[in-house]
Amino acid sequence: MAATNAASPTVDTSPSSPVVWKSDAMARRRKARYAADRRLQIYGMVAIAFALGFLVMLIGTLTMTGRHAFTQSMVTVDIDFSKAEIDRSNLMDANWRSVFRQAVIDDVGQLSRSEERDYFSMFTSSAPFLIRDQIIADPSILDGRATFVVPMSDPIDQLAKGLVNTDLPEDQRRVNDKQVELFNQLEAKGAITQPFNWGLFFNSDSRFPELAGLAGAITGSFWLLLVCFLISFPVGIGAAIYLEEFAPKNRITDLIEININNLAAVPSVVFGLLGLAVFLGWFGLPRSAPLVGGMVLALMTLPTIIIATRAALTSVPSSIREAALGIGASKHEMIFHHVLPLAMPSILTGAIISPAADRHERVHHQPACGRARSFDGASDADLHLGRQSREGLRRPDVCRHSRTAGFPGHHERHRDLLETALRAPLVME
Amino acid sequence: LCAVGAFLGLRAIETRFRARHSVERATTWFMMFSSLVAILTTGGIVLSLLYEAFQFFRLVPLTEFLFGLRWEPQIAIRADQVAGQGAFGVIPVLFGTVMIATIAMLVAVPIGILSAIYLTEYANQRFRAVVKPMLEILAGIPTIVYGIFAILTVAPAIRSLGQSLGFDASPNSALAAGGVMGIMIIPFISSLSDDAFAAVPRAIREGSFAMGATKGETIRKVLLPAALPGIVGGVLLGMSRAIGETMIVALAAGLIAKMTLNPFEAVTTVTVQIVTLLIGDAEFDNPKTLAAFALGLMLFVITLGLNLIALRTVRKYREKY
Repeated sequence: MAATNAASPTVDTSPSSPVVWKSDAMARRRKARYAADRRLQIYGMVAIAFALGFLVMLIGTLTMTGRHAFTQSMVTVDIDFSKAEIDRSNLMDANWRSVFRQAVIDDVGQLSRSEERDYFSMFTSSAPFLIRDQIIADPSILDGRATFVVPMSDPIDQLAKGLVNTDLPEDQRRVNDKQVELFNQLEAKGAITQPFNWGLFFNSDSRFPELAGLAGAITGSFWLLLVCFLISFPVGIGAAIYLEEFAPKNRITDLIEININNLAAVPSVVFGLLGLAVFLGWFGLPRSAPLVGGMVLALMTLPTIIIATRAALTSVPSSIREAALGIGASKHEMIFHHVLPLAMPSILTGAIISPAADRHERVHHQPACGRARSFDGASDADLHLGRQSREGLRRPDVCRHSRTAGFPGHHERHRDLLETALRAPLVME
Repeated sequence: LCAVGAFLGLRAIETRFRARHSVERATTWFMMFSSLVAILTTGGIVLSLLYEAFQFFRLVPLTEFLFGLRWEPQIAIRADQVAGQGAFGVIPVLFGTVMIATIAMLVAVPIGILSAIYLTEYANQRFRAVVKPMLEILAGIPTIVYGIFAILTVAPAIRSLGQSLGFDASPNSALAAGGVMGIMIIPFISSLSDDAFAAVPRAIREGSFAMGATKGETIRKVLLPAALPGIVGGVLLGMSRAIGETMIVALAAGLIAKMTLNPFEAVTTVTVQIVTLLIGDAEFDNPKTLAAFALGLMLFVITLGLNLIALRTVRKYREKY
């Protein structure tokens, strides 16, 4: 065996000279062997440190660069409407631009023409419209003085967050010296605040960074995922039940199984091509509609869901099936009333949380039934199953819980059922 | 409509009517159809790729596609447009793909296997329970996030590293894309080798210990050879994943197909080319669009082949014990 090779290559094992275990040579050998063992251990630790270091670095750089997006520098502007001449019957077309400009000019005093231009560019260009909208919503503001909170434009926002290096020469940064001076003036007055940037979630796309938000992207993702799950869950679970419980073991089911395993490993871009050729090209569905994207995503997630569901179905103890059948349930009733509810938690964790984590758990808690399928599951990590949702729902603890603790809520009910079933013949006698 | 429904409903209600049976029959049909969806999808992929690729090969000869050494798909879409002649040789694109995937595997394989060894053989239960899920997080991070990481953090770092070493590094070097892709594949390799180690029968391991082998010797000389087919299968699956990976390379890899072995240069991949060829308005009768399908077909064939080999390796070895 390999083990004997491991222990014996350099030791003289001829019967004439017995091994002197206490000799220096042997001690050195032993030491070298233990050192090799430790080295391997250290390599392993270094590898893990590397991987975790990457993880920390990834999350670290993302939060460090991303955190600034969650606040937005705002400036508080005090506007006295008694001076401004505003036609109350036509609020929409009043000259809000000049009203706003006058108000911010009052804050800093007289400026030259070019300085004025620099100054106005410090505020978001849509400030007059923001003010207009607030006044249309509540015209009583016009009766006196009012304060408005308006976003600063992007370069000034960066300046306020300390991301602009003011030591650089003036022509190498986006903010000139006058603007820095004016900004400091405003800040000294306490007009600058940095509240949480709700606009990031509620505004739609914009050419101006200070106004841009993710609303469009979020709704898009939502519809896409909705369509995807509405299609892939019923179809995936249906397919899994059929293959696991009903299908006869023949050529066709073998073919389907191989197919599913291979589909799980097809690169996502190929699914994209399929969507382009079939849904857009042949069926003529509209481009960039959530329906098309959702359908393609559904096809892509289908193998994962089927594999996860089948694993969950096999892990339901057969006593429950037999008990249900024993008291006269039909096969469908047995599956839909007993097996499927029991398997549901693992189906959900398996399908939503990373299939990689799922596979790991399966291997370590259910060696008997997980083994065979664990490698089929291997490729399903390839799927980009609703990436956004996975990020939010990643909870390894939940996954582990549902597997080790069995199915707490259902236990009682099924024991009763089982007992009833076992007693049934006695009663009949 | 109500009346018709009521009429039909009332007519159906008889003593001999078994509602459950027809519901169950319908469910069974639905489930059979569902399991056919997988086949339909595969069929759809193969047919659509073949059909469009066939269209492409009518415009560009197959031999030029397979053996051409230049990939310059910037051809004129309109008649009056100024554009390149166009060349559709897939070799440089394939070369870039293999190169980036190789870099990724160079990162992922040693780290993945060593961490699997440590986690299965040396680590105690508590360490394992903490570290394993953390490694799996790496697999669950959306690939676009890796792409952003590659282009905003890793690529500038590599560029300045290259400059400090005295040669010019491209801002979207193969090293950045491949390295970050390697990080993504670590948990994949690690958990597959983990499975492979766990599947080695206890008797073999204990036999080795009984002969006086240290833990390290057991791992290197007994477990590793025994688990090798499983590990190789895992590496092949990882490789096919690296080849098919899209978002990281779409952000971090280059667009121009170059044949170079210098990892600091920009190379392009099959997936990047598919993405760039299809962005924007293009007609279906244009070789530029159709080339994407030809590339897709190739990608499909390559990954399918790798997966089949990998699964076969794994299965064969499973049957041994």
